[in-house]
Amino acid sequence: MQIQVKNLTHIYSEGMPYESVALTDISFEIEKGEFVGIIGHTGSGKSTLIQHLNGLLKPKTGKILIDGIDITGKDVKMRDIRRQIGLVFQYPEYQLFEETVHRDVAFGPLNLGLSQEQADERVVEAIGLVGLNYEEIADRSPFELSGGQKRRVAIAGVIAMKPEILILDEPTAGLDPKAHSDILKMIERIHSVENNTIILVSHNMGDIAKLSDKVLVMDRGKLALTGTPSEVFRQADLLESLGLGLPPSTVLMRELNSRGISVSLDILTMEAAEEELYRILKTAK
Amino acid sequence: MSKIIKIDDLVYQYKREEQLEPVSAVDHVSIDIEQGSFTAIIGKNGSGKSTLAKNINALLLPSGGAVYVKGYNTMDESKLWEIRQAAGMVFQNPDNQLVSSIVEDDVAFGPENMGIEPGEIRRRVDDSLYSVNMYEERKKAPHLLSGGQKQRIAIAGVIAMRPECIILDEPTAMLDPHGRYEVMEIIEKLHKEGITILLITHFMEEAARADRIIIMDEGTVALDGTPSEVFGHAEEIKAMNLDVPFAVDLAHRLRKRGIEIPEGIISTEEMVDYITCRFK
Repeated sequence: MQIQVKNLTHIYSEGMPYESVALTDISFEIEKGEFVGIIGHTGSGKSTLIQHLNGLLKPKTGKILIDGIDITGKDVKMRDIRRQIGLVFQYPEYQLFEETVHRDVAFGPLNLGLSQEQADERVVEAIGLVGLNYEEIADRSPFELSGGQKRRVAIAGVIAMKPEILILDEPTAGLDPKAHSDILKMIERIHSVENNTIILVSHNMGDIAKLSDKVLVMDRGKLALTGTPSEVFRQADLLESLGLGLPPSTVLMRELNSRGISVSLDILTMEAAEEELYRILKTAK
Repeated sequence: MSKIIKIDDLVYQYKREEQLEPVSAVDHVSIDIEQGSFTAIIGKNGSGKSTLAKNINALLLPSGGAVYVKGYNTMDESKLWEIRQAAGMVFQNPDNQLVSSIVEDDVAFGPENMGIEPGEIRRRVDDSLYSVNMYEERKKAPHLLSGGQKQRIAIAGVIAMRPECIILDEPTAMLDPHGRYEVMEIIEKLHKEGITILLITHFMEEAARADRIIIMDEGTVALDGTPSEVFGHAEEIKAMNLDVPFAVDLAHRLRKRGIEIPEGIISTEEMVDYITCRFK
């Protein structure tokens, strides 16, 4: 087991008038190489949870074991944790700061203590992995790129540190449809090339259903549900009561079923919906 | 029906470094918006849709052509207040447009600036907050609200100025599914009450709820029509780096495999109705 979270509780502004319990008794496990989706309404604790996983926040109580080592311990070196676990924040392009794309992406690896040559190699590799052309872009200012390109450069900066666990907090928010699908393909590519563990926080149920091996559903600081996408998205009523939706293909199948058309409810993607409707419609007159 | 907004051969150029030619973000666009209509504007990033919107309430002024709001030319500085009051704007990030530390003060900000007398301000603030279902939260601090709630406060702040038209620039982009639902419900409600709506969005399901969709591409109008007319051009839309609603995409895929599905199915409900009919 690569990540074990045990009875994690976090309280913001403890002892202050605005004290609020952000996480209550969260426990789950993630295997090496798993693709995990996290869903939950705004304020459900998703961001607080992922900030614990790379040590940005410390729990009030509970343990976080990464490869068996408790990272909440006092003698743990934060640099080791952050080398292992890369976190891409929401709107990461706001964190670009260097004069050139190359220097921006090299910042992380150099801080890990890599030599300039090693860092340069990492930069070339990372920029390729996020789907940008190194030759074209390396010497340009990150600030003159398009929104989608900026975001990919920011993600390259994290990937260049070769984290074994990559956490992305709503990486497609605010992008147009093409940039959205480019970022998703990029995440799939990174996952298959690097064989790393990916934790994706998203409001897009279709994306979560398509990509995840396992889904964690957060609600008001608690872990409301975990399971495979088909286990989780079968709980339509529960998800709706939590302010969450279903993938559009699942919605369609449920509606058809409620109108007496017999179709599988275990449909999560466009491709599966197409096959299912083809099956029933090809024989209909 | 009268035209609340007339855009006549609008050109808007962003200046670049001295040696470079200016870029036309909006390139000879002519559009009329009917009073009381609900229009969605879609287009990839950089297609000129936000620039177009900012030209409508005189945040940007034309490099060529003209924009008229209620008959006032946006170049006429003496009519700036009338124009901004007639066409209010709501932006993407709720955190960048709330100015006060208490919800009701924030909503009062616009009417106060218009010099309206206090009793009337009180009435307008209350009406606006009821209208977006946020009256209960009127004494709260905006930073303690959810994203969807903050966007509804931003909308209330615009409604309090009694605009005839509201321009919303990706108001749901940063919201969770429930927040998106809340904001879209409010937008449809305001439309039913007679306010002209211009909604810029990347979500095709939201655009499909409008009476009219305009697709911008490279600074020009690429498609303009009802949702079923526009989404009938699925291939063209995909070539412009855009998406179509789920049901449109699905129907398109099935048609390619020889399954007969009529054009004009836009929403999941329409798809369900059609398939149910086939089995009756």
